[in-house]
Amino acid sequence: MQASVSPLSTPLPPHFIARSNSNLRLCGLRREAFGFRSVSQFQNRGSRWTSVVSRNSRWGKQLVFSASATVADNGSVPPTSFDYDLVIIGAGVGGHGAALHAVERGLKTAIIEGDVMGGTCVNRGCVPSKALLAVSGRMRELQDEHHMKALGLQIAAAAYDRQAVADHANNLASKIRGNLTNSLKALGVDILTGFGTIVGPQKVKYGKVGLSDNVVTAKDIIIATGSVPFVPKGIEVDGKTVITSDHALKLEFVPDWIAIVGSGYIGLEFSDVYTALGSEVTFIEALDQLMPGFDPEIGKLAQRVLINPRKIDYHTGVFASKITPAKDGKPVIIELIDAKTREPKDTVEVDAALIATGRAPFTKGLGLENINVETQRGFVPVDERMRVIDADGKLVPHLYCIGDANGKLMLAHAASAQGISVVEQLTGKDHVLNHLSIPAACFTHPEISMVGLTEPQAREKAEREGFEISIAKTSFKANTKALAENEGEGLAKLIYRPDNGEILGVHIFGMHAADLIHEASNAIALGTRVQDIKFAVHAHPTLSEVLDELYKLAKVNPHATTKPLSEPVAV
Amino acid sequence: MASLSFSSSVSSSTPFLRPSAFFLKPRSVSRLPLVRAKIREIFMPALSSTMTEGKIVSWVKSEGDVLSKGEPVVVVESDKADMDVETFYDGILAAIVVNDGETAPVGAPIGLLAETEDEIAEAKAKAAAQSSSAPSAAAPKVEESAPVATKVEAPAPAVAAAAPATPGKVVATPFAKKLAKQHKVDINKLVGTGPFGRITPEDVEKAAGITPAPKANVVAPAAPAASAATSAASPAKAATSFPEIPGSNVVPFTTMQSAVSKNMVESLSVPTFRVGYPVSTDALDALYEKVKPKGVTMTALLAKAAAMALVQHPVVNATCKDGKSFTYNSSINIAVAVAINGGLITPVLQDADKLDLYLLSQKWKELVEKARAKQLQPQEYNSGTFTLSNLGMFGVDRFDAILPPGQGAIMAVGASKPTVVADKDGFFSVKNKMLVNVTADHRIIYGADLAAFLQTFSKIIENPESLTM
Repeated sequence: MQASVSPLSTPLPPHFIARSNSNLRLCGLRREAFGFRSVSQFQNRGSRWTSVVSRNSRWGKQLVFSASATVADNGSVPPTSFDYDLVIIGAGVGGHGAALHAVERGLKTAIIEGDVMGGTCVNRGCVPSKALLAVSGRMRELQDEHHMKALGLQIAAAAYDRQAVADHANNLASKIRGNLTNSLKALGVDILTGFGTIVGPQKVKYGKVGLSDNVVTAKDIIIATGSVPFVPKGIEVDGKTVITSDHALKLEFVPDWIAIVGSGYIGLEFSDVYTALGSEVTFIEALDQLMPGFDPEIGKLAQRVLINPRKIDYHTGVFASKITPAKDGKPVIIELIDAKTREPKDTVEVDAALIATGRAPFTKGLGLENINVETQRGFVPVDERMRVIDADGKLVPHLYCIGDANGKLMLAHAASAQGISVVEQLTGKDHVLNHLSIPAACFTHPEISMVGLTEPQAREKAEREGFEISIAKTSFKANTKALAENEGEGLAKLIYRPDNGEILGVHIFGMHAADLIHEASNAIALGTRVQDIKFAVHAHPTLSEVLDELYKLAKVNPHATTKPLSEPVAV
Repeated sequence: MASLSFSSSVSSSTPFLRPSAFFLKPRSVSRLPLVRAKIREIFMPALSSTMTEGKIVSWVKSEGDVLSKGEPVVVVESDKADMDVETFYDGILAAIVVNDGETAPVGAPIGLLAETEDEIAEAKAKAAAQSSSAPSAAAPKVEESAPVATKVEAPAPAVAAAAPATPGKVVATPFAKKLAKQHKVDINKLVGTGPFGRITPEDVEKAAGITPAPKANVVAPAAPAASAATSAASPAKAATSFPEIPGSNVVPFTTMQSAVSKNMVESLSVPTFRVGYPVSTDALDALYEKVKPKGVTMTALLAKAAAMALVQHPVVNATCKDGKSFTYNSSINIAVAVAINGGLITPVLQDADKLDLYLLSQKWKELVEKARAKQLQPQEYNSGTFTLSNLGMFGVDRFDAILPPGQGAIMAVGASKPTVVADKDGFFSVKNKMLVNVTADHRIIYGADLAAFLQTFSKIIENPESLTM
């Protein structure tokens, strides 16, 4: 925690410069690391505000030759000429984003993929889940007789074909995967197949298990190996009745009753899918309330809309200590213990259980021991510039780690942004990503989105740093477009500093919240203040007026600077 | 946050004016003339039209705080939102009856407001008395699930249901629990019919006496056209206005009539067909004359005959519950439709195949008496697996019955009349013939099944000796 300068008194906030020439937009919902993210990591996020972009623009010229690196573990000597400027291990959204930007910056780039192109997001995460959620959203709407009647529509009976729904999700994933692969090939990124292992400084071997390995050298290496579903011990995953999101996305069956262990983003989205398709859901949450990690007020409203009226019940403050898949004519049996006392509390019998307890980094077999790097609970330790830190607390030259593997913010678009930030640094332009400007969304019906701090986090920060915060709130019931859609259920909330108009956080629960958040996340990224953005015009009638309303409700000290902080960004 | 004022407030000298004053009953009578102080009750307000109970999110004020008119006192969470509740009166918050996080029904006192400090002690005493009776207030004990009188549904027959994996544990699905709470059904008293013996939403609905809503989103690649005519669609049609005929008067349905109406509309979702059969009754009539003095009724004879035929044709005694399977019922329970003053009820002769004719007749007499006295127990009118409806005594020669939900078939019996018949040699004779017409659920019972059943039935009637055995 360095820098004592308040971010708003600096002439230039951290800019987020991302110009991807790909037309791919990949969604993200992977902020599922509740079980892992330590407090200190969070504080890291908070303090990132205080780092300032250095302005020595040497970009254009590039490459700082540093073959003189003094790392000489294992006795291996760094090579002096390289096969590639940049090798990225892992072709998920993070690796893809980094590769595209590297090519744009003129780096000779290769990407190593041991599984399928696209990683979790495209194949087993946000992309296929969006397909299922698109179905569940429509299904829910068609089943809501009251809603339909209010619009004057008459629908006889909505039914679905499970296989066709599953195919839709699968087809979407392959389509996006194809797009992503083609975009890399078209740009001349070499795709190397096999598992990548770091054998020494600036040296990576790759190859299929059991086959001969190839070794490539690279001036810089980015680890972007992502994560896999985390399954706590005691839980036996059989892939049929006890499943993870990997299996659930294939929608091989729709159980009558499913228990979802974990009520974060993944659990919540699947509860939306399953209840729309006719299942009943039981949530099992270790914390005392559902939806931890959301702003409490938003969580409360979300529970009122997304949980209480649906065929869902829940057990909170309990761990699933043992889950046995259905067999021998018995249902799935879940044993619950009290999260605090560890006393057995209850058993639950259901038809299926989905384990949505977060995600664990996938960093095994990376050869980190070869360069004296120790993972922390599997995560690769990095500094705020994604530079890998070794066991002695020193930076490992030319090695970076982005995305779920570093655990800073487990979201697809965060990984991509981190990758772009790293490429910026490689090409001579210092860059630190402001993680507080990265939005997150949960694609339930209606959606939940957020950027920046939650109210308790903001209050804590305000107390620590000695400033006031204010809250502005508006309901979707006041929005014409939302009412036209008969979707008045929703709340938007702005947390800001009344003394200078800084936006600390924005939380939205309501129709299309995931799309609405970007006005706020851009404002945070660019350092735009409430008193300035309130003059920006929103088309009428649109849902974006919800945010317009928020800005106009905010009461900023009239003596605060009215000059926008934004400065034209040189690219 | 919206703001709302609780308006109902009475001085404690008139506690009987409000429904919830019930809770003061034990002590109010003797005190009535004595109490002059103004202690006002703060009630759980109705914050929305659908709110039945509210949860105290937090008390903004604590006991002993001085309140002035219009000040927020408590935050209440309804089914829709959190709201600040304000006071209409100045005073002192003397006692909090329902604490933070607790729930109370709309209209129940949640706190007491004293006008002066002198009354605080008194209000506290009052609060103590209230909170002792509060548990019964917060969770009103509901009478045993009282099903509507005319449920003609089959009981949930034991589907060789496996017991819960944890013995002795009541397993109910999330929606079943929600419904039970909503309809105030004690879930511990239900027998689950779902997989692994779990209590399903349908079980709760049955116990609460409501018609289960058709599952809208059954996994169906191509929704059969039949399901389009669900009960949901029909009331919508009925709601379209009919021309008003002057001078007509509207009489609302009784509970029994509403139940009949609901069941009849629901029956539209079942694809039925009918098969008729002429049965010669000379032998039966002769037998009836013989056994009549012993108290045997025609109803008992017909029920016994039907039950014996069902033994040989179990599919006609089966039920189609989910559109995907046959549910073979282990016992043969013949429901017999009886008209009773302005209604219709179907007392059930349980195990009609096993009881002898005399016991059956006796049982029937009891059932009819009970039905008239409205004393039938639920299992005495809703456990039928096959229904018999006889309009023969009115001279009706044939009619068509509607299949009650939950059963596979219903038999409509017409009058037995002398009929000229020609035999295969061309000889004419006069025989007593009655027409029976069976309506059945074609999802499980096919034409040949019904024909074979009727053939058996007819043989039994034509050779009725077996009935007396």
